[in-house]
Amino acid sequence: MSETIKTDVVIIGAGPVGLFAVFELGLLDIKAHLIDILDKVGGQCAELYPEKPIYDIPAIPLVTGQGLTDALMAQIKPFNPTFHLGEMVTIIENIGDPVFRVTTDHGKVFECKAVVIAAGGGSFQPKRPPIAGIEPYEGISVHYAVRKMDAFRDKRLLIIGGGDSALDWTFNLQPIAKRLTLVHRRDDFRGAPASVNKMRKLVAAGAMDLKIGQVSQLEGADGQLTAATIKDAKDALTRVEVDAMLPFFGLTMKLGPVANWGFKLDGELIPVDVSTFETSRQGLFAIGDINTYPGKLKLILSGFHEAALMAQRAHHYVHPEKRLVFQYTTSSTSLQKKLGVA
Amino acid sequence: MPKISYIEHDGTVHTVEADLGSTVMETALRNGISSIVAECGGGCTCATCMVYVDEAWSATVGPPSAEEEEQLDSAFEVKPTSRLSCQIKVTGALDGLIVRTPAYQGR
Repeated sequence: MSETIKTDVVIIGAGPVGLFAVFELGLLDIKAHLIDILDKVGGQCAELYPEKPIYDIPAIPLVTGQGLTDALMAQIKPFNPTFHLGEMVTIIENIGDPVFRVTTDHGKVFECKAVVIAAGGGSFQPKRPPIAGIEPYEGISVHYAVRKMDAFRDKRLLIIGGGDSALDWTFNLQPIAKRLTLVHRRDDFRGAPASVNKMRKLVAAGAMDLKIGQVSQLEGADGQLTAATIKDAKDALTRVEVDAMLPFFGLTMKLGPVANWGFKLDGELIPVDVSTFETSRQGLFAIGDINTYPGKLKLILSGFHEAALMAQRAHHYVHPEKRLVFQYTTSSTSLQKKLGVA
Repeated sequence: MPKISYIEHDGTVHTVEADLGSTVMETALRNGISSIVAECGGGCTCATCMVYVDEAWSATVGPPSAEEEEQLDSAFEVKPTSRLSCQIKVTGALDGLIVRTPAYQGR
């Protein structure tokens, strides 16, 4: 386990609202670390809508999800936040009044005065295919991510999917697998053209197999797969003997560990006080799509407002000795210095 | 207004009125048909609003676009009649449309 990282605030979620929280906190001299399960910043904007237009950001008639993310990254640059991407927060503990210890699934540990949950719809996690009886195999011989390639050495592998994840893992694992079979529902791949050509060459050379269809049935015992049945568009069945299966069907949002953090949830949402966006636990805030209060709208602009009010209250915990004077970036030289423009 | 019938996996039938110009997904959400999830809200980016278009209606509704076909790769138990309901615009020609929803949308 690495050394504890000490900071003022940990923000969980690097979507638009988590990013803007860095700005509002930064103006109040509060430093932040951000943790996100995705391997990139921007949250849903980057994962679901990078090229889709957004029309309801005040004063910006049209911006794409990626455009908004890029603009927010430029706006918060003066505050130099630290990002921890591809990690999921698993535990939040109260160890002071208020001091929090935050732990990720990679074993990173943070200590901070306040925690801001800006987790949107929860954490993006791999979609699980609805193959009957798949559950006992998950984590043993069915995997949604590759942690150690060596675990697949000399195994008969089945990879499912038609995108870059499926193709990239095909290329990484094909040389060490005993035999690799790629399954996709149609003979048309959305992965990069060069990757698709490379895969077709491997198939033509007999170095791997390609089956067009959908996995309909699994065989095995005690979590260990022995075979999978693939059904094609005409319902013809092919049985393939396999030791492990890697399905790549993209991501879906799941509430994830938030459910275990001791909040009273309203459905899958965290109730907050509307003047501070603090949860029922002091020093623990929830902003953006993950929170709820009377009249809540899941809009990016609402999340921005919530970030501003949250920062005022967080200041109370991070700098209890300092009086907070409300200032405008337009006229305050002290704020302009922080932004690097004065 | 055109009427659309949604038949859920367990056989429950919801016949509802749809606004012209809205989508089959939006109409489902407005009427509380929870077997259409629509995680991305209609952006053709999540494949959690898949429906099976009734075969008698398949030709009228038409095939998916290339972008939608790519998204269908992330759906489950995809059939030749599968469409993402956020990509089906309600027109007068769709009055009486029948779609079936799958048991599972991926979440």
